[in-house]
Amino acid sequence: MARIQSLEMRGISKSFLEVKANRDINLSIHAGEILGLLGENGAGKTTLMNILYGLYLPDEGDILVNGEPIRLRGPKDSMRAGIGMIHQHFMLVDKHTVLENIALGFDEAPFFFPHRAIRKKIEQLSDQYGLRINPDKPVWNLSAGEQQRVEIIKALSRNADLLIMDEPTSVLTPQEADELFEILRKMILQGHSVILISHKLEEIMSICDRVMVLRKGCLSGEASIEDVDKGKLAEMMIGRQIAAAYDKADVKPGGTVLDIQDLHVDSDRGLPAVRGLSVQIHSSEILGIAGVSGNGQQELVETITGLRQPLKGSVTMMGQPLKHVNARDAHTLGITHVPEERIKFGIVPNLPLYENSVLKQHRDAPYSSWLRMDYPVIKNHAGDLVNSFQVDTPSVNARMKNLSGGNIQKLILGREISSGPNLLIAAHPTYGLDVGAAEYVRKQIIALRDKGGSVLLVSEDLDELFMVCDRIAVMFEGEFMGELTPDTWTIEKIGLMMAGSHG
Amino acid sequence: MYIELLPREKVSPQQNVLFMAAALIAGLLAVSVVFALNGVNPAVAIFYIFKGSFGSWYGIKETITKGMPLILIGSGLALAYKAKFWNIGAESQLLAGAIFATWTGLNWGPHLPAVVMVPLMFLSAFIGGALWGMVPAVLKIRFGINEVISTLMLNYIAAEFVKFLVVGPWKGASKGGYPYTDDLPASSILPHLSHSRISLLLLFLAVASALILGWLVYKSRFGYEIRVIGENVHAARYSGINFFRTSLLLMAVSGGMAGLAGAGELMSIHHYLSYPDSLSAGYGFTAIIVAWLARLHPSYTIIAGLFFAGIIVGGDAIQVSMGMPIAAVRVFNSIILIFLIMEDFLISHRVRVRRKNHA
Ligand SMILES: Nc1ncnc2c1ncn2[C@@H]1O[C@H](COP(=O)(O)OP(=O)(O)O)[C@@H](O)[C@H]1O
Ligand SMILES: [Mg+2]
Repeated sequence: MARIQSLEMRGISKSFLEVKANRDINLSIHAGEILGLLGENGAGKTTLMNILYGLYLPDEGDILVNGEPIRLRGPKDSMRAGIGMIHQHFMLVDKHTVLENIALGFDEAPFFFPHRAIRKKIEQLSDQYGLRINPDKPVWNLSAGEQQRVEIIKALSRNADLLIMDEPTSVLTPQEADELFEILRKMILQGHSVILISHKLEEIMSICDRVMVLRKGCLSGEASIEDVDKGKLAEMMIGRQIAAAYDKADVKPGGTVLDIQDLHVDSDRGLPAVRGLSVQIHSSEILGIAGVSGNGQQELVETITGLRQPLKGSVTMMGQPLKHVNARDAHTLGITHVPEERIKFGIVPNLPLYENSVLKQHRDAPYSSWLRMDYPVIKNHAGDLVNSFQVDTPSVNARMKNLSGGNIQKLILGREISSGPNLLIAAHPTYGLDVGAAEYVRKQIIALRDKGGSVLLVSEDLDELFMVCDRIAVMFEGEFMGELTPDTWTIEKIGLMMAGSHG
Repeated sequence: MYIELLPREKVSPQQNVLFMAAALIAGLLAVSVVFALNGVNPAVAIFYIFKGSFGSWYGIKETITKGMPLILIGSGLALAYKAKFWNIGAESQLLAGAIFATWTGLNWGPHLPAVVMVPLMFLSAFIGGALWGMVPAVLKIRFGINEVISTLMLNYIAAEFVKFLVVGPWKGASKGGYPYTDDLPASSILPHLSHSRISLLLLFLAVASALILGWLVYKSRFGYEIRVIGENVHAARYSGINFFRTSLLLMAVSGGMAGLAGAGELMSIHHYLSYPDSLSAGYGFTAIIVAWLARLHPSYTIIAGLFFAGIIVGGDAIQVSMGMPIAAVRVFNSIILIFLIMEDFLISHRVRVRRKNHA
C-alpha cells in the first residue's frame, strides 16, 4: 500500500528577489489520482513543484503528508517521504548504462553483486508498470521516451509514491506520449499518485482527474476534469479581462513587408512544427502571435531570421526571397531579431557593451571595413544606444554580463531597431523583465511601428499582445487558427483558438 | 569547512605583476626544497640558472635565440585559442613549414639571390603551416571531429613524413649516408649577429608578427568574429558569423605562424632538414604554455616567450656548470611552470575558505 494517502500544500509562497513566483497556493492530491498543473510559461509551476521536491524552501506555507506536517529540506527528505520528481531536462549520466544510472542512488542494493539485485528490481518494475527498457544500453543511445522511462524506473526504485512530472511530453513524439500515459494509468491503478505539469490543454483533458491552473504565481482555478472543457481551461490560464491598449499613432498599415507562403518547417527532432503557414505583415503594423508555447512559434521565428531551414514554402522580404540559411542573409534583407533566449543568443556576456552594440551589424559601414573595426565610431554608437534606450550601465566599457536583465534587453532592442524602420521579430521580449522595463520595451516597439516599421511579436503574455498589437494570429500545432483584430478579439475566442479550434 | 571559488571581476595591472612575482618566488622556494633534498645548495643552483639565462651576454643571446620560435608559434596559438579552437598541432605545422621551405630552398635557392629567396622561403613556410593547420579546421566544421584529437594525431603524421623524406627521397647526396637533406644554398640562409645565433631579421619577424596578431585579435573584424565565436557560439550563429570561413582563416594564420618558426629554425640554425626532434626541440608544445602565460594576448607572447626561453636556457646552464642531470633540469622547469599555471588560476578566481553551513 502506498505510504502517501494524501498530500497537501497549504498557503505556499515563494519569491525570487522581486519576482513572486508563487503566492499563497493550496494544493492537494490523493492516492490513485492524476492532478494536472496547468499554466503559461513563468506561471510558477516548476517553482511550486521544486518546493514539493525539497529543492527550494517556501517563504511561507506548510506541506502535509497524510495529515502530518513534514519538513522537506532537500530531495533526500522528499524521496524518503515518497515523493519523486522528473525534471524537464533529464538528469542521467549519458555514458553510463541504464542499469548503472538506476544504481546511482539505489540504496537497497546489497554490497556484494549489487548488479544482480538492481537488474531484478528493474525487471520487476518494468513488468509491473509496462516500462519496457534494456538495462544494458548506454543512455546516450536511448530516445527521449526511453530516457524518460529510465527516470521513472529510477524514481520508482526509490519508492516514489507521488511522481511529479514537469512537462513530460514536451520532448516526446505523440506515440511516446501515449505510451507514457499508459504507464501513468497503470501506476495510479496501483495506488500511486501523479502531478503532471503541462501547458497542453489536450493532454490535461485526456489523462487528468483534476486540474489546477496557475497564472502569474497565483492559483487561478481548480476543477474536476468533468466540469471543464478546453475553452474554460484556456480562460483560466489567460485571465478574464482584456488589457487596455497603449496609445498608438493613428496610422494605417501600408504595403506588404514580409510575405510568407505555405511554410513548412520541422523541429529539431524532425517532427513537423510549422505546417503550411501563410501570413503577411505590412508596414506600420504589429502582428502578434499568440498560442501556447511549443506550437511552432520558435521554429517560425528561426526560419524568418535565417537560423533554420524550411522544408517547403517561401519567405519574401520586401519582394526579395530569403534564400540562404544564415542570419546574415536575413539581416541584409532588413530583418532584425530580438531573440527568445536573450543571454544565450543575443549577447556575448564577456565582451564589453560597445562590442555587443554592433553584434551582427559589425560587418556594416560605418562600423568596420573589410579589415578594421572602427572602434571610435562603435563606441559613439554604443553611447547613443545607452542614452536613447535608457540602458543603465556605468559605461560602454562595462562587460555585458554585469548588466541586469532589463538593461540587457534594452540594449538588444535598441541595437535591433536603431538601424531604422524595418521588420523586427521580437520573441517574448518582456519575459522575465520587471514591470518598468517591460513597459519601456513595449513602448519602443510601438514607436517603431508608428515610424512605419513592422513587427512580428511572439508572446505568451496575452495582456501584452492586447496592449500593443494591431492584429493577433493564434498558432496551434504549427497552423494559424485564425486572426483577430481589436474590434473582434475576446478572451473566449482566443482561448478556443489556443485550444485548437478554428476561429 | 569547504572552499569556495569566486570569479574575480577585474584584475589591475599591479595585481598582475604582484601575483606573477609571488608565483615565481613560491616556485623557486619549492625548487629549492627539491635541490636541497638532492644535496645541492639551492642558492648556488638558482644563481647559476639566472646567470645562465638572463645574467650573462651568452645567456641573453641564447634566450633570445630560443625565444623567437616560441614567440612566433605562441602568438599564433593565442589567436586560435581566443576562438576556443584548441590547436595542439603547432609542432606539426612547424614541420610542414620546414618541409615547404626546404623544398623551396633546395629547388630555387641555387638560381635566385637572397633578397628573393628569404621572403620566398618564409612565404612557402607560412603556406605549408597554413595548409596543415586548415586540415583540422575542415575536419571540425564539416565532420564535427574534435580538433584536440585531430591536431594531436596530425603531429605524428607530419613527424613520420619528415623522417620518410630525410631517409628517403630527400636524403642528401653530400651527407654521407646520414638522414639529412643537402645543405640549403647560401641564398636561403639567415646571417647571424656576430658571436651569436640570433638572426636580426628573424627577431624582427617574430616581434612584428606578435604585434600584428595582437592588433588582429583586438582591432580587426576578423579578431572580433574570433572573439565572438570563442565567447559565445550561439551569439556567433545569431549574428551570422561564417564559422567555416573564420575557422579556416584562423587556423591558416595559427598554422602559418608555426610554419614561420619552422623556416626560422631551418634557415637560421640547422641549414638542412633532419629528424623532426632535432629540428624543433618541442617548441610547438612549449608554445602552448607560452600562449597561456601571455593570457592569450598574441603581443604578450613576446614577453612570455622570452621568459620561458630563459627558463629553458637556465636549465641547460646548470646541466653544464653544476653537472646536474637533465632530469633535475626538467624538474626545475616543470615546478616553475606549475606555479605559474596556479597563478593564472588564482588571479582569475578568489578563493575563500568557509565554515560549513546549510544552504
Ligand atoms: N531560481 C530562480 N531565480 C530567480 N527567478 C526564478 C527562479 N526560478 C524561477 N524564477 C522565476 O519565477 C517565475 C516562475 O518560474 P517557473 O516556476 O519556472 O514557471 P513555469 O514552470 O510555470 O514556467 C518566473 O518569472 C521565473 O523567471
Ligand atoms: Mg517550468
